[in-house]
Amino acid sequence: MIKATVYVTVKKGVLDPQGVAVQGALQSIGFQEVESLRIGKYMELTLDTDDRAEAEERLKAMCEKLLANTVVEDYRYELEG
Amino acid sequence: MKFAVLVFPGSNCDIDCYKAVEEIGESVDYVWHTATDLSAYDCILVPGGFSYGDYLRCGAISRFAPVMAEVAKAAEQGKFILGICNGFQILTEAGLLPGALRRNESMKFRCHDTVLKVVNNETPFTREYGKNEEVIIPIAHGEGNYYCDEETLETLKHNNQIVFTYGDNPNGSIADIAGICNERGNVIGMMPHPERAVNTLFGSEDGKRMFTSILKSWRDSHDTASIS
Repeated sequence: MIKATVYVTVKKGVLDPQGVAVQGALQSIGFQEVESLRIGKYMELTLDTDDRAEAEERLKAMCEKLLANTVVEDYRYELEG
Repeated sequence: MKFAVLVFPGSNCDIDCYKAVEEIGESVDYVWHTATDLSAYDCILVPGGFSYGDYLRCGAISRFAPVMAEVAKAAEQGKFILGICNGFQILTEAGLLPGALRRNESMKFRCHDTVLKVVNNETPFTREYGKNEEVIIPIAHGEGNYYCDEETLETLKHNNQIVFTYGDNPNGSIADIAGICNERGNVIGMMPHPERAVNTLFGSEDGKRMFTSILKSWRDSHDTASIS
């Protein structure tokens, strides 16, 4: 078994309205130091394989095909186990 | 002429689309998302709604529905494909149209009439409108904020692929874009709902000419102008 973690974030330069709204909320309750805030997605996957290279290759395909929309999002991942 | 209205789990504008086609007196079927043959249809309507609950991203899961391979095939064959609202999101996720739809800048679900400018009235979907004509068609979406990179935007402008723009941008879309078509002009996606504006009883019938435009385009290419 390999555990994988995928992070999907809004691309730099693309407006993240959720992030802007939450940043505004933090500032309005006294956290003025919040200069920027981006909201993304965190996904945990359990992969039924012990072949790390294969797992990585297939995880990348999952990100490209479905988990992220690379027009507006970036992704990164971590493998463990 | 035969229209198909695709139905995904979570579609909710499929009946409106079906009724809009009935309004112009043409034949129409609902087609479930598991269908694997669209050869009987001349125009495919991808309706609005929240297909697959909009899980992950709007349209992200629907684009892998079996029927979408057939939609891609139909697009290649030059058939008319109109994606409305969630349908537009599905077509961008499927790569049949460039760009992506993001959360509205206001973070609000916007549901009201909008004034649209018909930027390109030479597509098969807009030929019955005047160039730069202003029409009233409603929107109803939370994620209609169109985005594409600078290079794509230049290509869209250069190829005259921007079909509709908003008079008063309701969602933060780049270049006020409300609807675009592919380079060939047979696939169009738009956030506003023309099927909700096909009768003065609805407040506007400005959307009806999209459907009659498609019919006229089909008749021209099939040389059956005398058949009504």
